[in-house]
Amino acid sequence: MTSYRLAAGGAVNRGQLLNFTFDGRTFRGFEGDTLASALLANDQMLMARSFKYHRPRGVVTAGSAEPSALLTVGNGARREPNARATVVELYNGLVAASQNRWPSLKHDFGTINNLLSPFLGAGFYYKTFMWPAPFWERLYEPLIRRAAGLGKVAMQADPDRYEKSWAHCDLLVIGAGPAGLMAALAAGRAGARVILADEGFRLGGSLLGESASVGGMPAADFAGTVIEELAALPNVTLMPRTTVFGWYDDMVFGAVERVQKHVASPSPDLAVERLWRIVAKRAILASGAEERPLVFGGNDKPGVMTAAAARTYLNRYGVAVGSRVAVFTNGGSGYRTAADLVARGVDVTAIIDARPQSADPMPEGVRVVRNGSVVATKGRHRIDGLIAERSGFEEVIACDALAMSGGWSPVVHLMCQRGAKPVWSDEKQAFLAPDIGKAFLAAGSAAGFDRISDCLKDGANKASALLRDLGFAAYEADIPDVEGEYDPSFAPLWYVPGAKDKAFVDFQNDVHVGDLGLAQREGFRHIEHTKRYTTAGMATDQGKLGNVNAAGIVAGMRGVSPAEIGTTTFRPFYTPVSFGALAGTVRAEHAAPVRTSPLHNWARKNGAAFVESGLWYRSAWFSREGEKSWRESVDREVLNVRANVGLCDVSTLGKIEIFGRGAAELLDRVYSNSFLKLPVGKARYGLMLREDGIVFDDGTTSRLSENHYVMTTTTAYAAEVLAHLEFSAQTFWPELDVRFVSSTDQWAQMSLAGPKSRTVMSRIVQDDISDDAFPFLAAREVVLRGGLQARLFRISFSGELAYELAVPAGYGEAVADAIMEAGRDEGICAYGVEALNVLRLEKGHVTHSELEGRTTADDVGLGRMMAMQKPDFIGKRLSMRFGLTAADRLQLVGLKAVEADKEIKAGAHLLKDQAKPSLANDQGFVSSACFSPSLGHHIALAMLKSGRERFGERILVWDGLRGSEVMAEVCSPVFVDPDNLKLHL
Amino acid sequence: MASLITCPHCGTRPKEEFSIRGAAAPKRPSATAKDEDWHRYVYVRDNPKGRYQEYWHHVAGCRRFLVVDRDNLTHEVFGVTDASDFERARTAG
Amino acid sequence: MRYSAYSILKQALSGNRLWKPAWREPQPKPHYDVIIVGGGGHGLATAYYLAKEFGITNVAVLEKGYLGSGNVGRNTTIIRSNYLLEGNNPFYEFSLKLWEGLEQDFNYNAMVSQRGIVNLFHSDGQRDEYARRGNGMRMHGVDAELLDRDQVRKMMPYLNFDHARFPILGGLYQKRGGTVRHDAVAWGYARGADQRGVDIVQHCEVIGIRRDNGRVTGVETTKGFIGCDRLALAAAGNTTTVGHMADLELPIETHVLQAFVSEGLKPVIDNVITYGAGHFYISQSDKGGLVFGAEIDFYSSYAQRGNLQTVEHTMEEGVSLIPGLSRAKVLRSWGGVMDMSMDGSPIIDRTPIDNLYLNCGWCYGGFKATPASGFCFAHLIAKNETHHVSRFMRLDRFERGYTIDEAGKGPQPNLH
Repeated sequence: MTSYRLAAGGAVNRGQLLNFTFDGRTFRGFEGDTLASALLANDQMLMARSFKYHRPRGVVTAGSAEPSALLTVGNGARREPNARATVVELYNGLVAASQNRWPSLKHDFGTINNLLSPFLGAGFYYKTFMWPAPFWERLYEPLIRRAAGLGKVAMQADPDRYEKSWAHCDLLVIGAGPAGLMAALAAGRAGARVILADEGFRLGGSLLGESASVGGMPAADFAGTVIEELAALPNVTLMPRTTVFGWYDDMVFGAVERVQKHVASPSPDLAVERLWRIVAKRAILASGAEERPLVFGGNDKPGVMTAAAARTYLNRYGVAVGSRVAVFTNGGSGYRTAADLVARGVDVTAIIDARPQSADPMPEGVRVVRNGSVVATKGRHRIDGLIAERSGFEEVIACDALAMSGGWSPVVHLMCQRGAKPVWSDEKQAFLAPDIGKAFLAAGSAAGFDRISDCLKDGANKASALLRDLGFAAYEADIPDVEGEYDPSFAPLWYVPGAKDKAFVDFQNDVHVGDLGLAQREGFRHIEHTKRYTTAGMATDQGKLGNVNAAGIVAGMRGVSPAEIGTTTFRPFYTPVSFGALAGTVRAEHAAPVRTSPLHNWARKNGAAFVESGLWYRSAWFSREGEKSWRESVDREVLNVRANVGLCDVSTLGKIEIFGRGAAELLDRVYSNSFLKLPVGKARYGLMLREDGIVFDDGTTSRLSENHYVMTTTTAYAAEVLAHLEFSAQTFWPELDVRFVSSTDQWAQMSLAGPKSRTVMSRIVQDDISDDAFPFLAAREVVLRGGLQARLFRISFSGELAYELAVPAGYGEAVADAIMEAGRDEGICAYGVEALNVLRLEKGHVTHSELEGRTTADDVGLGRMMAMQKPDFIGKRLSMRFGLTAADRLQLVGLKAVEADKEIKAGAHLLKDQAKPSLANDQGFVSSACFSPSLGHHIALAMLKSGRERFGERILVWDGLRGSEVMAEVCSPVFVDPDNLKLHL
Repeated sequence: MASLITCPHCGTRPKEEFSIRGAAAPKRPSATAKDEDWHRYVYVRDNPKGRYQEYWHHVAGCRRFLVVDRDNLTHEVFGVTDASDFERARTAG
Repeated sequence: MRYSAYSILKQALSGNRLWKPAWREPQPKPHYDVIIVGGGGHGLATAYYLAKEFGITNVAVLEKGYLGSGNVGRNTTIIRSNYLLEGNNPFYEFSLKLWEGLEQDFNYNAMVSQRGIVNLFHSDGQRDEYARRGNGMRMHGVDAELLDRDQVRKMMPYLNFDHARFPILGGLYQKRGGTVRHDAVAWGYARGADQRGVDIVQHCEVIGIRRDNGRVTGVETTKGFIGCDRLALAAAGNTTTVGHMADLELPIETHVLQAFVSEGLKPVIDNVITYGAGHFYISQSDKGGLVFGAEIDFYSSYAQRGNLQTVEHTMEEGVSLIPGLSRAKVLRSWGGVMDMSMDGSPIIDRTPIDNLYLNCGWCYGGFKATPASGFCFAHLIAKNETHHVSRFMRLDRFERGYTIDEAGKGPQPNLH
C-alpha cells in the first residue's frame, strides 16, 4: 500500500493518529482528516459503485457536492447509509463500508449492467416489461427493486438524542469562506448580532485549501485569525458543522448542527444533531462556487476529480491524489492545481488545456497540451492513463489521477428555494443568484466573484450594506492584501466531443451525454422533462455538479443559449437531512403530549386499565380479582350501576366557563335548541351544529349565575368547541359581551350513577339534594362536608339517577376516595369508559360514533332539538336543504340480535333479509355495538335508511370483512327504561 | 408570513401557535338573507391568487381570531388585525 | 412507434439514434372540437379517452408549462380505492381497474405496482370506522381485509409496536392498492393521445374565455385565440383562475401540500402505509427513495413550496411510526398546489354555461383518480351525459345538500 500522505503540510494534526476501518480493513488517518482524505492517503481510491451501471468510483470533490463517494458509516442501530466520505469527519474507531455492490467492492456482479448499457438507456423501462402483464409485479419489478437504492438503513430505533432550538440574529452568514468571514467580521465589529454557520467542521471554506497568502500569511492562517477575533466577540455566534438547508418564509432558515456525529460514542447528555430555526433580519449567502467537472469519455473513473478537490486534498490534508497527476482544464484552476502539486514535489505529467491559448502561468517543467482534450481514461479501479487528443492525433498519457476543471458554478441553491430562478450570465458563463430583494444577498463567489481578493471585499461590502439598512453605523472593513492568487476565469466547454467511453453528466445516477441526446430526440426537451426522463439531477447530490453541465449540453444540442434552457427547480434540502434531526424529541412515547385526569391516580389505585383517547388516558375498566376478561369487569360494572351505584371519572370531558352579559344570547345562537330562558341553577342538554346544518357536538350547559355558564363538551371535541365559540363570538357577533375560558384541567369531575347515588352523594354534600331540592337537571355550587366548594349537576348519561360532581382538580383524588368510602355499604364500584359506553348504548344515547360529521339532528332522533322558531342559530339555514331532509336518509335505530348469543360488531353493514351484498342494496351500518348485560344479549345502534319506519323488521347484519352474518331485529334505540323513570327517582 | 405572524396582542410569534380557519372575506349573512346568499357564504370561495384575507386563531396565545392580510403567492404579510375589529369595520363600512 | 423489448433491442443496435419523439410539438390550429385546459394527468387522460373511447380526435390540450408539470409530476404516487362513501367508492374502484390494464392499453410502462396499502388503526373507534369502510368496499366487490396487530407486525415488523404513544391495533389492507411512476402516467397518456391525433400544445397559457350568447366560442391564449365547440377545464390548482374567466362560482380553496423523498435506500418498505394517529403516509419507489408526506400547510397558498413546521411535523410522525427512519436522510421536499373543495371530494360536471365542462376539486387525492377522471370527463364531454360512477360529483351538490364528505369535517377545506 502506497502512502499518498505528504511528509508535511496540511491542517491535519499529525500528532493525533486515528484508526478506522473500511470494508473490514484497518486504516490510519489524522485528526482533521475527512474519511475521503484518509482513504486517499492510504491509496484507497476505489470507494463506491454507481447506481445504475455499478461503475467503480472514487471521489469527485472534496466537499458536500460529492456524488460518488457515498459510504455507509457506523454500525448497528447507528448505521448511516449514503454518507459522503468527503465531508465525514474522521474519528477514532470509525467504521465505514462500501455499498451497492455484491459480493465486494472490487468484484461487483452488478457491473453486468454496464455491459448491457446499450439496452438500458434513459427511460428504457418505460418501453418494456409490459408483457405478459402479470410479469411486471411477479418478475420484472422485484428484479428492479433488488437493484434499487444505494445504502442500507438499519431500520432500528435510534439510540441517540436529537433536539431543536430557535436562534435570532441581525445577520446570518451562510458559509465561512473568504466572503463569509469578512461579512461576519464587518457585522461583528459593528456590533450586530451575527450567526456564522458553515457546513464544514473547520471554518474557513476554500481558504483552507488554497495556497495563496492573505494578509501576509497563509490563507488558512488568516482564516484562523479572523475566527479567533469573531470567537471573542460576544455578539457573534460561530456555528461550524451546521448546514443551512432551507430558506423559508419570513427569513426563517432551517439548519442542522452535527453536534456529535464525529465521535465514536456520543454522550447521552448531548444531542447528536440539533435542528435550528434561525430567524434572521438579514442574511448573506456566502456558499462559494462549485467547480464543474468536464464531460468527457471515462470522466467518472476513480482518480478523476475536480482540480479544486485535488488542490484541497493537497493543501488542506497533505495528501497527493496521485503520484503522477494529469490535469484537464479550460481555465486557470487547472494550472493552479498543477503548480501546487509541483511545488509539493508531486509529478504532473501534463496539462491538457482545451483552449488554444491562455495567459495562465505555466508551472515549470510541466508539459502543456493546448487545444487538447481527453477522450478516454484507462484503468479500472484507478485510472492508469488517459487518451489525449489534439488536431486528430491521439496520445496515451500515463497518470494515476486526473484533475479536471470545467469552470465555476456559484452555489445559489438556498436563494432559489422560494420560487426565484437563477439567471444566466453570458459574461460569467454561469447561472447567478436571482435578485430577490434587499434582505438576503449573495456574496463572494456565490455572487459570481472569482478571485479571493474580490470575495473578501464583497463579503465586507454586502454586510455593510445590509447593516446600514438595519440602522447600524457603517463600518469600514480593512481588506487584507492577497498575494499569489490566480485567475480562475475559464472558457466554456460543456462537453468534449469524440468520447470513447460514456461521458457522464450525473455521476451517481449514471446519466451520460447520450442519455441527454436521447431525451431530446424523444421529445423530453423541457429541462424538467429531460431531468425526469433521464434522472439527471435526481441523485443524492441533487445535481450540484451535473445540472449546469446538463443545461449547457442540452443548450448545445439545441443550438440555443443555456439561458433558454434554464435550470430545474431548487428545493430544500440543500444537502440531505436526517429524519432524526427534523423529528427532534417527538418520537416513540413522546409522539404526543400525555394528558391524564386529576383522578388518574385514583383510577390506578382502583385497578383501572387505561386506554388512549386522543391525548388522554382514560380508565377503561376496573378489574377485580378473579375476573378473566375485560368483558367480565365491564358487565359487572354495568349491572352494579343499574342495581346499586358506580363512580366514573368524567374529568376528560371538555369544560368551558362562559361569562358575560351576552352569554345567554351567544349560547342561544350556537346551540340549535333554546338557551335564552335557561334558569340559574339549571343544566340543559344542547346540540351544536356546523354552519352546514350537520351536528358538530353535544353536551350540557349549566347556568351557575346570571352571567356565568359552564359548558361541557365531548372529550374529543373540547378544543374544537372552544374555538368554535370563540370564532362565533369574535367574528360573527363582536357586539356580544361574552368571554370563554377552558377549565377542563381545573376540575376533577366524576359521575356518580345508580339508584343509590343520592344516598351516597348526600353523605358527601352538605346541601339538601333531595329530589325536590335538587331535581333532575339541577346544577349548582354546593359545599361538601368538610367545607370544600364544589359544583354538582344532576345529569345522566347512563339513564340512571346520577350526579356529576366537580371539585378543584387537586381535591379530586381525596373526594373520589371519600365517595368510594361513603358508598361502600351501598355496593359502590368504580366504572370506566367501557361500561359508560354500554350504559349509554342501552339508553340509546349517541356519541361521535353516530355524530360522525355527516348526520343531522333528525338523523339521530334529535329533531326536536332544532328550535326552528328562533330567527337564527348556527346551522339553521343550511339544515333545511333538500338533501339534509330527504326521507331516505340514514336514521338512528336499535338492533337486537335475533339469536341472543350472536355478536353484532360495529362497522358491519345492513342488508334486507336475503339481499345480496352490493352498494345498491346497502341499507346502512352499525355505528356502535356491545353486549348488554342488562338485557343478556348483543345490542347495537345503527344508522339505517328510513330507519324509524322500520322498527320490527328483521335485517341482516353483514360483516363480510370479518366473515359474519347475523340476523337482527330493528328496534327503538332506547333499550332500557324508555320512559326515563329511573332518571327521576 | 407562513413562518411568523405578528399578533396585534402578543407580538411576533411562530406559526406553530396558530391554527388557520380559512377565508375571512365571506361574511355571515343575516337571518333573512336569501338561500343563495347562505350557500355562497358557506360554500363559494373567491379564492384569489395574490392578496388574501384569512382567519388565523392564536390558539397558543391570546386565543383571539385574527385577520391576516397576506399574499398567498409570495407569502408576504401586509397586516394583522383582530377579527372583531375587522368585523366591526366591515359592518360599519 | 410501438414500444416493446424488440424495439429496445433493435434501437440499441443502431446506437439508440432512431427513437422517435414521444409526442409532436404542434402549433395550435384555429379551431378544435374540444379544447382541454390543463396538460396534467387529468387533462391528458381526458384527451386520450376522448380519442380512444369516444372517437373525438380533433382535440387540443393547452398547457401553460410543460406537460405533466402540475400535480401529476409532484405527488406521492399512491393508487387505491379504499373509500367509504357511495359517492366515491365506485369511482375510485373504476379508476383502479383502469390502472390495472393501463400499461397494455397505452403501451407505456407506468410501473403500476400493486404492492398493497395498509391504513393503520390505533383505537377501537378507528377500527370500527375502518371496518365500516372495508365492509362498504367488500359490498362493492372491492378487495379489503382487516388485519389485526399480529398480522400487521408480521408484514411490517419495523413499525413501532413496543414504544408507541398510540399503539398499532391493526390495519385495513387493500392488496390491490399501490403506487405508479407518476411522470410516466402523464407521458403515457400524452403519447397515446398524440398518436391518436390530439394536439398537445405546451407553453400555451389560457388568458381568457370568449363567450357569445352564453356559449363558449374559444379561448384567448398566449399563442392567440383558439376556437372550440366545447371547452373542458382540468386545471387543478388553478381552477379558480381559469374558472373566473367564465364567471364560475366555485367551492374551491387553494392550499399547498408538501411531499418528500429520501435518499435512495435498499428496499425496506414494501407496502404503502398510512399512520392512523396522524397523517403520515409512506411508500418506497422502485428506485429506492422513500416517498412520503403528511398534512397540508393549512393556509391558502398558490406557492409550490411549504413551511418548515409542516416538514418537521411530517418527520415527527414518520419517526414515531417507523423508528428506524431516524438515521435515514430526506433528500428533497416540494409543494403541490391543491384544489381543496368544500367537502373534500371532486367535481366532474357541466357548468351553468352550456358547452363548458368542469373537472376540479381533487384535493390531495387526484393522482389515483387520473384514469377514471379522464374517462368520466371524456364521457361527459363526448355525450353531454354524466358517467354513472361520477354521478355524485356534481357542482350543485353543495346547494342541494348532497355533499360527499368522506372525512366528515364539513365546509372547511383545510380540514379534509
